[in-house]
Order: sequence, then structure tokens, then C-alpha cells
Amino acid sequence: MINKIMTADEAVAGVQDGMTIMVGGFLGTGSPEVLMDALVRKGVKHLTVIGNDGGLHTGQPAQFGGKTPRGIGKLLEHHMVDHLIASHIGVNPIINEQIAEGTLRYTLVPQGTLAEKIRAAAYGLGGVLTPTGVGTPMETEVDELGREKKVVEIEGVKYLFEMPLRADYSFIRPSVADKFGNFYCAKATKNFNYVMTGASDHTIIAPEKLVEIGEIDPDYFAVAGVLVDTIVEGEQKWQI
Amino acid sequence: MADLKTRIAKRCAKEFKDGEFVNLGIGLPTMVADYIPDDIMVTFHSENGFAGIDAVVDKEEDVDVDIINSGGTYVTAVPRVKYFDTAESFGLVRGGHVRATVLGAMQVAENGDLANWIIPGKKVAGMGGAMDLCAGCPEVIIVMLHTQKGNHKILKECTLPLTAERCVSKIITEMGVMEVTDEGIVVTELHPDYTKEDIQAATGCELKFSPDLKPMEEE
Repeated sequence: MINKIMTADEAVAGVQDGMTIMVGGFLGTGSPEVLMDALVRKGVKHLTVIGNDGGLHTGQPAQFGGKTPRGIGKLLEHHMVDHLIASHIGVNPIINEQIAEGTLRYTLVPQGTLAEKIRAAAYGLGGVLTPTGVGTPMETEVDELGREKKVVEIEGVKYLFEMPLRADYSFIRPSVADKFGNFYCAKATKNFNYVMTGASDHTIIAPEKLVEIGEIDPDYFAVAGVLVDTIVEGEQKWQI
Repeated sequence: MADLKTRIAKRCAKEFKDGEFVNLGIGLPTMVADYIPDDIMVTFHSENGFAGIDAVVDKEEDVDVDIINSGGTYVTAVPRVKYFDTAESFGLVRGGHVRATVLGAMQVAENGDLANWIIPGKKVAGMGGAMDLCAGCPEVIIVMLHTQKGNHKILKECTLPLTAERCVSKIITEMGVMEVTDEGIVVTELHPDYTKEDIQAATGCELKFSPDLKPMEEE
């Protein structure tokens, strides 16, 4: 019978230089740290990374201080990222440093649009029409792959046509998953973890808690295990 | 300055009715929640993933590491909270279900154009959810100090890249309350510390004054 459980190092073994990955999390909350650590150990370079933001740097958040970088912040600290596709890059100071040095390229996408572009990739849509960004640089600037934006008018309202956003790997952090990969994310850790599952060729999850199949009521699960390729144990509750 | 911001936040808190669902931006807009009267229930949207944000956590032992606000600060949630993912969060926004958003601004134009996300040549932060909120919420309320180091922020046209076109419906500053209309910006309340000439001098487009002009109340 299929066994999706692997070590973190085995799970990321297929990630190659120059690949595109997406990582769940919002300023680190809901990011799969054991998978980020495994990518750092592997030392893969020139990644295109899709996420809400660039995670956190050491000492963040300011509220209680942080001991280490979090989420995508780990990849940035090790100069593994060539292109960051995100909605917000102002929090982690490393990002603007690397932009200034010329080692990091970025594409900004409005947060809701970013989620829909990823959802379109996961769920077989050719794109989405959104009113977000009409009349702004989102309309006049090219997208993350250098394509011009189209404006579509429907019943007198202008919308931007936004194309799907897909990756080679999705890195996802459930709070609870079963051994088939059905999962949910607690509270505000959901963020991009749900839409990113299934938007890549390979989806790897690192649940904080792994349970047996049938151990909990299936109604709790938000995402289908059929979308999950690999399960990695060892993710811990974040310690401040 | 703190007093002026408190004045703005207190006045903005009067904009909400019992049972409404609204979004507050980070900074001065967040202060508005402190002045909602106890006898009405307003549910605050946190665009990173829930309806029902409550308060910033002060003590480390009270932190739930799974609950942050959109600025990355640890917060609490009210008992009626609903958590959701980013797609649902912004579906609520674009669908017009978040009745209003309260945001700061770098520039507002007399036609309601808003610029509040980027200054070309400066460090890049990104729009986060601001463009979605301004395009989707039925009402965009701007709370800000009327000028920036003496420079006008309310203008004939924005010179900075826009966050959204024609989205602003109301502007609340320390000087007064203004509504954006098809005929331009109309002052509906003027703070007693200022004259019509003062507020006009601090504004980069021609203001109109409501025939029903009221004093902006402190409380």
C-alpha cells in the first residue's frame, strides 16, 4: 500500500536548481520549517519562490523577538532565491538588501489575486477576472512571466485577466494531517496553505501533528489527501 | 501628534453600525477599534485569515503562535471568530461583504483615486491586500493627518502610482471630515480649531463646504 511518509531530506531530493516552488505561510506563521531547513541543507540555488511574503529575518517579529529566520526567510538568508513572487516584501529587510545588490528579482501580486492565480492552477481554470488592480501598475506592468495584462470589460465593469500560477513543488504546513494526507490548518495558519496544495507537480506537507487514518472525524479536514504526494514528520509548534 | 491621531480614530469609530463587518489597516486605522462604543458589535476582518480580530497580545505567556494579524503581530480573536484561508478572505473582500476598509494614504485625489502603497525609487514594500480591499469594499475610508510635513496629500490628481481608482468615499483628518462626491471633495465637518481658509490652504484641490457644515466633535 502507498506510503507517503518520508524524511525531509528524501522529500526535497528532487528539487533542482532553477525550479519554481511555492511555500505556505504569512510572515512565517503557517510555514513548513522542517522543509525549509531541508532545502537549506540541500543547498539548491536560483529558485523562483512564490509566497505571500519573504518570511521573517532573525529578530522578527519585533513584538517578542525571533531567534531565527522563518519560512522563506531561511531561503533568502542563504541566497537560494533568484525571483520572489509575493504580495508584500517590506517586512524582511534582507529582501530589499538583495534587490539593491542586484541578486534578487521580484514580482508583486495583490494578495487576493495571488491566491486566485494559484487556485486557478490547482483547480483547472484558464485564469481569473478580478477588479483588483485596474488603473494601477498591475494593469500596465507585465506579469511574473513577462506577459502583458489584458483588461476585460463585462457589463460596464473593468477586470484584469490574471493567468494561473503553477510551480514544481508546493511546501505546505498543516496543523493536523492523517497518514493519507488529508489535513487542516489551525486558526490563522491556513493562509496560502490550502490553495497551494495541488498547484504544483509535487505537494509536500509537514504537519505539526500526524494521526492515523480514521483517527479523527473526516469532517475536520479542509484539504483532500489525494492532492498530497509526500508527508514529512517533525514539524514543531513555533516557539517564541 | 498622538492627540490628533486619537481625535481622528475616535471620529472614525462613529462610522460603524451594530453588526457590521469591516477591515482596519495597520497603524492609525488599527486605533479605531479602541473607540467603538461598547453597546454595538462590529466584527473586524484580518485579511491574513479571520473575521473577529480582538486585541494585540501584551504578555508572552498569552501568545497563541497560530494567531497573527496582517502586520505579523500576535493578537487574540473574539469568541465568534471565523478563521479562513486567503482565497476565502479575499473572496469576502471582492464580493463586497466587508462593508468598509479604513486605511491610511500617501495621496488622495479629488475624484477618489488613492495612492498608498509605493514611492518609486524608495524601498519596496508591496501592496499586500490593499489593492483588493480598495477594489472590493463598498466604502473606503481614509484616516490620516491632513498634510505630510506641510505637503498636500489631498490633491487634484495623484502623482504616485495608484492603489485603486475612484475608490475613496470619505476622508477623516485632524481638520475635518470630507466626502468624495461627483462634484469633488465636500467638507461636512470642520474641527473648531480650524477655519474654512485653514483647511483649504492645507489641501491641494478646491474644497466645497456642505450647506449643512457641522463642527467635528472631539467625543
